[in-house]
Amino acid sequence: MSHQQVKFYQTGTLTVGNRLLDAAQRTVQATIDRSNSLDSGHRACQGCGEALGARYAIDTALRETNNKVIAANATGCLEVFTTPYPETSWTLPWIHSLFGNAPAIGTGIAAAMKVKGREDIRVIAQGGDGGTTDIGFGCLSGMFERNDDVLYICYDNQGYMNTGVQRSSATPGGARTATTMPVGPEPGAEFDKGKNVPLIAMAHEIPYVATASIDRLHDLEAKVKKAMSVRGARYLQIFVPCPLGWGSAPAQTVNLARLAVESGVWPLFEGEYGEITSVTKIRKQVPVEEYLKPQRRFAHVVKSPEQLSAVQAIADRNIRKFSLLEEQE
Amino acid sequence: MLKQIEGSHGVSEAVALCRPEVICAYPITPQTHIVEDLGALVKSGKLENCEYINVESEFAALSVGIGSSAAGARTYTATASQGMLFMAEAVYNASGLGLPIVMTVGNRSIGAPINIWNDQSDSMSMRDAGWIQLFVEDNQQAVDIHIQAFKIAEALSLPVMVCMDGFILTHAIEGIDVPEQKQVDKFLPSFAPRQILDPENPISIGAMVGPEAFTEVRYLAHQKQKEALKLIPKINEEFKKIFGRDSGGLISTFNVEDADTVIVTLGSVIGTIQEALDEQDQNIGAVTIRSFRPFPLEEIRTALKNVKRVVVFEKCFAVGIGGIVANNVRMALSGTNIEVYEVIGGLGGRPITRKSLHKLFKDAVKDNLETVTFLDLKKDVVERELKREKELIQSGSVAENVLRDVGVVNVAKTT
Amino acid sequence: MFQVRIHGRGGQGVVSAAEILSVAAFIEGKHSQAVPSFGSERMGAPVVSFCRIDDKQIRLREPIMEPDALIVQDPTLFNAIDVFAGLSKNGYLLINSKRSIDELGISNAINLPEDKVRLVPATEIALQHIKRPLPNAVLLGALAAVTGVIQIDSVAEAIASKFPGKIGDVNIQAAKAAYELLSHNNQEEITC
Repeated sequence: MSHQQVKFYQTGTLTVGNRLLDAAQRTVQATIDRSNSLDSGHRACQGCGEALGARYAIDTALRETNNKVIAANATGCLEVFTTPYPETSWTLPWIHSLFGNAPAIGTGIAAAMKVKGREDIRVIAQGGDGGTTDIGFGCLSGMFERNDDVLYICYDNQGYMNTGVQRSSATPGGARTATTMPVGPEPGAEFDKGKNVPLIAMAHEIPYVATASIDRLHDLEAKVKKAMSVRGARYLQIFVPCPLGWGSAPAQTVNLARLAVESGVWPLFEGEYGEITSVTKIRKQVPVEEYLKPQRRFAHVVKSPEQLSAVQAIADRNIRKFSLLEEQE
Repeated sequence: MLKQIEGSHGVSEAVALCRPEVICAYPITPQTHIVEDLGALVKSGKLENCEYINVESEFAALSVGIGSSAAGARTYTATASQGMLFMAEAVYNASGLGLPIVMTVGNRSIGAPINIWNDQSDSMSMRDAGWIQLFVEDNQQAVDIHIQAFKIAEALSLPVMVCMDGFILTHAIEGIDVPEQKQVDKFLPSFAPRQILDPENPISIGAMVGPEAFTEVRYLAHQKQKEALKLIPKINEEFKKIFGRDSGGLISTFNVEDADTVIVTLGSVIGTIQEALDEQDQNIGAVTIRSFRPFPLEEIRTALKNVKRVVVFEKCFAVGIGGIVANNVRMALSGTNIEVYEVIGGLGGRPITRKSLHKLFKDAVKDNLETVTFLDLKKDVVERELKREKELIQSGSVAENVLRDVGVVNVAKTT
Repeated sequence: MFQVRIHGRGGQGVVSAAEILSVAAFIEGKHSQAVPSFGSERMGAPVVSFCRIDDKQIRLREPIMEPDALIVQDPTLFNAIDVFAGLSKNGYLLINSKRSIDELGISNAINLPEDKVRLVPATEIALQHIKRPLPNAVLLGALAAVTGVIQIDSVAEAIASKFPGKIGDVNIQAAKAAYELLSHNNQEEITC
């Protein structure tokens, strides 16, 4: 009998069939003794990309540090759905202070660990895009410039979701939010605005910056592992679709994250001290329309040739800027 | 050891003696010398086992402090004026989370209009945030009360702000007895909180509390401040035993038993008031409030029980109503027939002189005072401005108009 | 209580002068309080500082309204502000200048006996010893000679504690030079 070669070519990653993989290639989640840092019982929406991303990221960090991590969390969805008083779904020491100060709380915890001779205990500060790119930006930049020994993780769902889907500086051009409605001559979020915090992090020349996506969880874990292997300020921005805010089907969350990467909308790269050290190539570029169509927040964009080509232009520019296509070197 | 040093320098030495583990520094006039001194002490190695962090804003300063305190490190910071407001969110957060951070406030006014000089508006803006607020009269008290503050904070798990008049105390050079390290070590044990962020004992701090429990949590914060009313004098007694000085406590009183008229105030102005009182022969006493929060209702009521009239002299006010401290004093005196006069003085650093005080005392004993008086108000300037406002809509910025009137701003004549 | 008010411009060491004076008094076992007037700290802007000296604890914190001694480090201030405000009838006036009262054009503004008014060429003495036009230490030496409120040795010790090393040494020399000059002047006046 001949063997049939099976190519798991849909994703080009190893996310398919954990149990078919060598133990060394499996994700943290496949191990029986995984930490479950974000345990069951939390109140996230069905299909929440952030819950998925946070669980994988923190579990990896705990494994890398022998379960010695303290987390500081900004106000937002993650904080709210994980700690419905009097319950908590976090199994590591965790503090929520304010909306705009998670990086500073991280700085403070790291300083306390240093002064107590416990630098074996590592610090993660985390928040959504609102708490990171907007209100927490000053504290984030301060943490970067001081090179404080904190890994900051931004879960980017491109809007203030917890408060009802309002626009943040991470909201992409054209997107509908409660404060950028699809009305008038320029429907949805304006195209000439926005902030690229991973590149801003790169400009601070901190030891490690990376973008990740929940469509390829091994890659996410590898990036967290890499981040935990170095000291100083580190930044990771993870693309996490939000079915409620984006108007997409909960079952589509991982697929949308995949389409964002494969269309060039969400470039995956790593950088150290201000220089890019790796990018994830796009095997086959997908037109942005395929990514936008399943999201009601882009319904008007899909119908507008002008807006559609504006989004495509951004994706094309990312592909060019980061050399994301296989042929390019 | 007795030294002739700047108030700020005394404070930095006192804080250093308390073995802080994390100091967060963001500069603002008039607290800069304190954080600078502490920075030098840490950098030179004289203050060991201490992380000194130059942060990017006051909001960051107190936030970093919240993180380090929650992780079990003894934490200190300092601010004033605009900085206090910039960190306002964190101020409420620190007390809500029960973190024993000690913070110096170099009392300074709040803009607009911008003003770098002393008054007590900044501390007052946060009087309801749940912190303990202690006001010092001179630089010896500044040193002593900072040391007491760490003990009070850690005993209660509540943050404490030590308020000292900006420039008047922070930048004054006078004789200060700086305690020895071994005295402070005897008085202040190392910080060992019951609940900290620790992987060995994971907990979640800072969860949302809904309508079903929020009232109870807030009530307990209220009770904790009331508990502080007993603790503050107790810690002062402990301090007295080790350091030989009576520096703390809730209030100080001078000649209140026989006086008909008593001046009630806070902070450094009591020095000038006492000098003025000694120069005149009316039977006037004085009360200095050291603990403004918790507010010592009982102690003040007792101190003033035989008095006919009280003049509350404060360096702040509630716009549209009158005195802030006066309001609190009235509460202490409710049910009595004691007349309370509210005098607002020293705003934005205006000097308080014996001359003005003598006139004030004379008017007070004759009951020749309005309910609310702004000391040394330039009546002609304000009357001109009020007249202008009546005549003109869009009469412009009050501050600009007044500055033109007093000749600080010259307007080019157009012909 | 002895109250000294020092006028000068930013950069002339007016605030240091008050501090050094207060330390000199402290060295002698007295109570003292030095306070800068708080204004915009710009080079060249008028600056005032205060120093109170007493045998008992000083409680007063108002600005010095009626100085017992007034030191003017910069005579160009006479046109800018009312330097003499409140100067006590029995007060001392020390002015950093080579010129006379009449030449300075202030004879009408002052109502003091001649032995209380001293013009001290402080900038010149400073240039000679310190090589910089910083008259503050010099004027403190003069103050010691003229008023006797502090001893010159205390002034010297106070300068050394604030400015250790060579800077302190040359300032002390300059202060002592002024002290000698004005003591000599005192003696001359007594014998004349």
